[in-house]
Amino acid sequence: MTAEYLLRRIGVFFLVIWGAATFNFVLPRIADVNPIEERMSQLASRGAVSSGNTEAMIKNFEKRFGLDQPLYEQYLRYLWNFARFDFGFSIAYFPTQVRSVIAQALPWTLVLVTISSLIYMVLGMALGALVAWPGASRLFKVLFPPIMALSSIPYYLVGIALVHFFAFQLEWFPLGGGYTVGTSPGWDTEFYLDATKHAILPALSIILVSIGFSAIGMRGMMVTTQGEDYMLLAEAKGARSWRLFAWYGVRNAMLPQITSFALALGHVVSGVILVEVVFGYPGIGSMLLQAIRNFDYTLLYGIVYLVILSIALATLILDLIYPRLDPRITYAPRS
Amino acid sequence: MTTAQPDTQGTMPLDTTLERQEGSALARAVLTPFRWMRAYPTLWAGLILLTFMILFGVVGSRFVDPELARAGTVDIDLDPWQTVEYRVKGEERSAFSVLGTDSQGRDVWAVTLLGTPLTIYVGFLAALIGMSIGTVLGFIGGFYGGIIDNIFKSFADMLITVPVLMILVVVAVTLKSSIDVTQQALIIAAFVWMWPLRTIRSQVLTMRERAYVSVAQISGANTLEVIFLEMLPNLLPFLAASLATAVATAMLTTIGMDALGLGPQNQPTLGNTIYWALFYSAPFRGIWWWWAPPVLALALVFGSLYLITAGLDPLANPRLRRQV
Repeated sequence: MTAEYLLRRIGVFFLVIWGAATFNFVLPRIADVNPIEERMSQLASRGAVSSGNTEAMIKNFEKRFGLDQPLYEQYLRYLWNFARFDFGFSIAYFPTQVRSVIAQALPWTLVLVTISSLIYMVLGMALGALVAWPGASRLFKVLFPPIMALSSIPYYLVGIALVHFFAFQLEWFPLGGGYTVGTSPGWDTEFYLDATKHAILPALSIILVSIGFSAIGMRGMMVTTQGEDYMLLAEAKGARSWRLFAWYGVRNAMLPQITSFALALGHVVSGVILVEVVFGYPGIGSMLLQAIRNFDYTLLYGIVYLVILSIALATLILDLIYPRLDPRITYAPRS
Repeated sequence: MTTAQPDTQGTMPLDTTLERQEGSALARAVLTPFRWMRAYPTLWAGLILLTFMILFGVVGSRFVDPELARAGTVDIDLDPWQTVEYRVKGEERSAFSVLGTDSQGRDVWAVTLLGTPLTIYVGFLAALIGMSIGTVLGFIGGFYGGIIDNIFKSFADMLITVPVLMILVVVAVTLKSSIDVTQQALIIAAFVWMWPLRTIRSQVLTMRERAYVSVAQISGANTLEVIFLEMLPNLLPFLAASLATAVATAMLTTIGMDALGLGPQNQPTLGNTIYWALFYSAPFRGIWWWWAPPVLALALVFGSLYLITAGLDPLANPRLRRQV
């Protein structure tokens, strides 16, 4: 990996998050929306706000964002705040910081995304490899088309159907939520079991849909791998069939899947956000829905910025470790 | 497939079926579509399913009273399969409710019939505009190269990794003044041009070096002639496959926005129906007739688009034909 590539890649990363932050700054100003006034009029129309509280909030916000200062100064201050993950106060949960509201929800989403991604990658790659392998059972070839058809449907639509059949009718799983209401999140086995039970259906709706996506890429790579010379040589040397499959085939076909995973990450996260909405899962997605319904602009901008940042960061990390995993890839300039 | 090049390596049964010349001209004209169907069953299954879904909505919605898709028209939470009485501007009406009503007094059957074409419309409009932008930029970039190409490509690459739904959430929330379906399609169109750009650009790059393009250029064809007469016809399978993918992406985005409550308000789109079904916890209450029709309609439309893309694959990537 050359220093030039490294610098350019990190540059792109900062460009993306700078773009995301700037977008959040510019858009409300073009649209001429004042989030705080907007919110106040919303609350006032419901008669939900006492006047003393309102004035304190508006004053606090104006001071906080220096709304009386020139635009470039506001912008610089804004960027500086975002760089430190300081998104100000949540409008709906005043006086809680947006940062701490998000910190509550983030672990739920991170765990859900990570675990279901790992499971769907493993299952999808196994299925894709077996479909392309001539010696494998015909069962996989039969299984492949329905799973591919399923992959065209959005996660959360599958989630709705899963809720109906497995939670409402069969009552095997709880109806939504992240843990049983009334128990408080703690670090004991009982809570873990409870949380796992709540996470199975959301995870399943992500996994069922994504297997096909991961399998099709793997199948393509497996077919290519089978034509390679080292395959022929290994076969001629009398390597056993499973060794050919796992060591020569899967191992080489697996690594390029990392790239497609990195490209799909944004799509996966958008899907997970909507899955959370379906299940009322206490992660970023449900928080986003709350922010939209409450016109909580600061929380909303904070969530959007953080999601974009996390995905950009994950893509950056995957890009940087990829050549270490797969020695066939170099970022050295072709001479 | 008159443009197909004879394949000297593996013989392709697909093309021999298509190019077999026998019988009268009339018989050929009648039989050709059927031969196409036999050669590309997946593509045709997709096209037929999609046409069926469009007709289902467009024709079907003529037979229902649009008032039934409005909140508060009929009694709430009625079971499917019964006759309902309702009142519009003091006028008594009655209708047969195939799928019952929701918790806000809409008839679910009417909503599904009216919503399906609306959602497909948003998907197609956004995809067509996005495709046009992507194709034009891809052609310019691929054809001329240089710094413009670099800018387009880097921008597309950057935007591809960003979760578009997040950006649209900010746009929709900030613009708050309620948007209609066409405006929603326009906003989405701004974010579906990246994949077409990449596909078209890479194709143009390889095509630019092909002999027939050089021949055309040497024979004095101008750039537009080269693009439209030499390159574009060869790109048709790619364009069609990209369009199907773009429609799926755009529809995914529109129902995603709708499901977060950011869709066109007071429009019975399928996404909005899902939003209200979730808002009133329909899946948790077992009101299957509320959430299942829009979910099923969407699954069929997405399925048809998947079949079209998969069916176009052997046309867009001839190498696949020899696999498996």
